[in-house]
Amino acid sequence: MSDTQTPARGETWLAALGGKAPRLPGYPRSVQVADFEIGGRAARLIAVVPDASSTFPRARNGEVGLLEGWSLAQAVHEAIAADRDAPEKRAIIAIVDTPSQAYGRREEAFGIHQALASAAAAYATARLQGHPVIALLVGKAMSGAFLAHGYQANRILALADPGVQVHAMGKEAAARITLRSVEDLEAFAATVPPMAYDIDSYATLGLLWRTIPVQHAAAPTPTDLSTVLAALHDALADIDADPHRDLRGRLGGENRGASRQVRAVLASQWQG
Amino acid sequence: MTRAALLSRESFVELGARARAQALLDPGTFRELAGPFDGLTSPWLKRQGVVPQGDDGVVVALGTIDGHPTVVLAIEGAFQGGSLGEVGGAKIAGALELAAEDNRRGVPTRAVILFETGGVRLQEANLGLASIAEVHAAIVDLRRYQPVIGVIAGQVGCFGGMSIAAGLCSELVVTREARLGLNGPAVIEQEAGIAEYDSRDRPFIWSFTGGEQRFATGLADRFVNDDTTAIRDVVAELIARPPRSAHRSERYTDYLRRLGRYDASKQPTPDAVRDLLGDQT
Amino acid sequence: MEQLRFEYAAGAPASRRVLVGVVGSGDLEVMIEPGDPGKTSIDVTTSVNGYGRVWDAQLTRVFSAEPRAAMRIRIHDFGATPGVVGMRLAEAFEALDEGKEQP
Repeated sequence: MSDTQTPARGETWLAALGGKAPRLPGYPRSVQVADFEIGGRAARLIAVVPDASSTFPRARNGEVGLLEGWSLAQAVHEAIAADRDAPEKRAIIAIVDTPSQAYGRREEAFGIHQALASAAAAYATARLQGHPVIALLVGKAMSGAFLAHGYQANRILALADPGVQVHAMGKEAAARITLRSVEDLEAFAATVPPMAYDIDSYATLGLLWRTIPVQHAAAPTPTDLSTVLAALHDALADIDADPHRDLRGRLGGENRGASRQVRAVLASQWQG
Repeated sequence: MTRAALLSRESFVELGARARAQALLDPGTFRELAGPFDGLTSPWLKRQGVVPQGDDGVVVALGTIDGHPTVVLAIEGAFQGGSLGEVGGAKIAGALELAAEDNRRGVPTRAVILFETGGVRLQEANLGLASIAEVHAAIVDLRRYQPVIGVIAGQVGCFGGMSIAAGLCSELVVTREARLGLNGPAVIEQEAGIAEYDSRDRPFIWSFTGGEQRFATGLADRFVNDDTTAIRDVVAELIARPPRSAHRSERYTDYLRRLGRYDASKQPTPDAVRDLLGDQT
Repeated sequence: MEQLRFEYAAGAPASRRVLVGVVGSGDLEVMIEPGDPGKTSIDVTTSVNGYGRVWDAQLTRVFSAEPRAAMRIRIHDFGATPGVVGMRLAEAFEALDEGKEQP
């Protein structure tokens, strides 16, 4: 799959999973929100998608920019408010295919860091209040965009596909800033697990709950749809059975030994 | 500032991370955890030919501030630009997690984060990014119980995923030397071109992302001189308050409305930003 | 990046541990802990290759100049000049003697 794929998978998967569920009004074109049911349980799907006509010229290709950050917060907080007295909190499913945060003068000027913080805080708050939050990675999950949209989930699921990549900086940008070719960067990154771009290397870090094999990640077949729905269903059951609503489940990876050791040392020294 | 005041002030900006933490905590109460002699250096740097630092660029110090139990997380901007790797990120997230646990057991531990950072350490990419997500989670958890105070002093400033962390803090203290932005100037110039963002134009950069502008536009809560005593006093005042019931990060309706009034076809000026975002009443 | 090791005769173990410096460009971090009696061991990790003999000459001069306590020393160097190295070592010894508050 080409690395310059258009990040339109979010829209495709939201439509596939949501079926006939309408997009909720009141959001910019780049943020799609739909409520549906999975296994009889209410769930809100949220995706950030390209909007070639966005008034913000640096946020037209599926990046998480100013409008997207604040609107993600709106989508999540409205679900929290609606379910405040509900016996069962709806699931919140972030469908992730985003190349990065938006880079631009407008963005920095108006505090894009704060817009992304609002989204991250909303997802984290939903999780702490008992909503099961799931991130479904269907394409790129990069850097600040992923921090805002997906990284606060109880469980992270990813399609097993070369187009699914998690990283702190896109390949082209990283190659440019380290003065290498993309091929050299990829070859080097493959030797250092946290730097690698592919989803299998990412899986060794222990942050993913499950990778889901699919036939066609960019355009799901009916089989793909049922496979993913089943995985989402399993993830919900796993979250429901978990007494903890924090991110401690991410600390088990073979390549996260230092993360565990630091916490153990802190805990042993905390009381003094 | 009077001449005597100018001469007697001690720069906070010029202090390293450990000295900053010592300066904020009540004398005699500083106790470093997971420190450099505990052997917790980066597992990823040496294989890439990068010399590690004993504390991986983060100091965790427990103590009191005006008698209140407080953990100070100080990032060392001089080491790899203050970028966060697996160990440094785990120190911050882990300490915040323990502070939240304290509060659940009835111990009112606060947290102060000294942001001097470019964000994720690229040599540790996904582990740095994941640890920052855990920092975000821990701040949102802890800030329900106690105010989480962020301080950005400069000269590195606060960028990348940690600028999001700054946006999650209950209160944010900045100096004139500080900068707060999501993307580093060089990366914006590289991605969007020099006409969009000139990374070598320092007045331009500070005019949009500097401490004074961020304070004037409601994105920071306190603006202080680069004076250690003044910064300590502001931090002490802020941690003594009860936790917030509402945070800036929850004001999406307000910010979307303001952005809706902006003609995005034009590049903004610092004054235009003050008009749009200032006056937060 | 290069890793070097040096050993020198020394006296009784140092009484405390100290850390000075920072691994910034042109600078170094010196970490000193009490060592085994009679021996000072120094592990240097440096970003600049090929200067083993310069380190040897300088450290030998410093640790042979006067009798010192036995120390275990770690140096993380990011391209400091011998002048800066000497300054940080002096700072570290001063901190050892003064008993300043240390991590």
